Amino acid sequence: MSPAETRPLVEIKDIRKSFGPLEVLKGISMDVAQGDVVAIIGRSGSGKSTLLRTINGLETFDSGSISVDGTPVTGGEKELKALRRKVGMVFQQFNLFPHLTAAENVALAPKVVLGAGAKEQAETAREMLEKVGLGDKLGNYPSQLSGGQQQRVAIARALAMHPKVLLCDEITSALDPELVNEVLRVVETLAKDGMTLILVTHEMRFARDVGSKLVFMHHGKVHEEGDPKTLFAKPGTPELAQFVGSIG
Amino acid sequence: MADFSFWVIFSNLLLAARWTVLLSLIAFISGGLVGVVLLFLRTSGVKALAWFVRIYVEVFQGTPLLMQLFLLFFGVALFGIELSPWAAAALALTLWTSAFLVEIWRGCVESVPKGQWEASSSLALNYVEQMRYVILPQALRIAVAPTVGFSVQVIKGTALASIIGFVEVTKAGTMLNNATFRPFLVYSLVALIYFALCFPLSMLAKKLEGRLNVAR
Repeated sequence: MSPAETRPLVEIKDIRKSFGPLEVLKGISMDVAQGDVVAIIGRSGSGKSTLLRTINGLETFDSGSISVDGTPVTGGEKELKALRRKVGMVFQQFNLFPHLTAAENVALAPKVVLGAGAKEQAETAREMLEKVGLGDKLGNYPSQLSGGQQQRVAIARALAMHPKVLLCDEITSALDPELVNEVLRVVETLAKDGMTLILVTHEMRFARDVGSKLVFMHHGKVHEEGDPKTLFAKPGTPELAQFVGSIG
Repeated sequence: MADFSFWVIFSNLLLAARWTVLLSLIAFISGGLVGVVLLFLRTSGVKALAWFVRIYVEVFQGTPLLMQLFLLFFGVALFGIELSPWAAAALALTLWTSAFLVEIWRGCVESVPKGQWEASSSLALNYVEQMRYVILPQALRIAVAPTVGFSVQVIKGTALASIIGFVEVTKAGTMLNNATFRPFLVYSLVALIYFALCFPLSMLAKKLEGRLNVAR
């Protein structure tokens, strides 16, 4: 093993962030190792989405440090670009590019950022869309796809850059209940293939069954963390117990 | 005095209208090009650049086009730079057009959802790449109708160039009126020519607007 691999893939150290007078992140530290599947849970407003968004620089932070695979998260244009090539992100609202087909959505970043040729773009698009079970939808526009299919295209789009870690921000929250499972199955497959995942999620069963680590955030802090199965069976704090109870 | 028949008047106005069309085209195309550059500066997120464009827009939208023409034609001459009426008119209309187009287009860029910026920056696209591949293709669809609509204002704006002596259709009308003393006929024809130029564009803008509503 090279020294880089013995270090955690994502290192978050004492991150603080305020929106005006409101401190939303109150000193968060977290290590994510290669192959980890980290599920971040907590009430809305607990800072979990903000935390996730700091990891690829969509959200700035006031103090502390984050590094991904040795690349520090700073405001610098160059570092940001290097960082974002290593970190993929999937959003609650899919955010597919509506003027591009599924294949073009997937191939855009390889084309623009990596300079892939037409043949390589087509291959990447097909490979990634097949991976999420949409090998027959290459030419479809987002508006011609169901929510679940759109979210799977969004996952394929993020995978096309071969990220070291994939951030998922409540990726099933905007879906009709019957479409949730097809997306979760794709994520589960990714986890089994060894992809490092950090998910903000409300899917407790998924967090328990697929997650390798559970992080419960409460009032801008990591209130409790550990093995998902253990924590769900026996919460260490009344807050987590109450949260798990209220979700069911 | 020469006897000016209706056809002589009308054909002379039509000949002069070519210059109205040409000046409009130049103002619109070069104004559009300047407008695109300003748009990139305005939406870049760099505060100093955005402020520069805001001031530019305020100056050119907040003063009469006629004053801008006078300043370029008479004012610049004081510094020893002679601009022909043609050059002064083209330049003034270009600057004026760009100040309006950049604001129209900025609105279109801002109407593209924030998630599109976030998704594309998460994919490591830089600002120019985001604009080129993600934002502008979507903004363009919204921009077409108001942009075509604004071209009508540019055509009517060229009439002011007559005052600094550029012979387009309005100036030709003035000259023909001086020779014929038939203001009602002459200026009716001038107005008709403007209408013939502008009306199809207005209709086109309306049609494009309607099409946008049913589009994907």
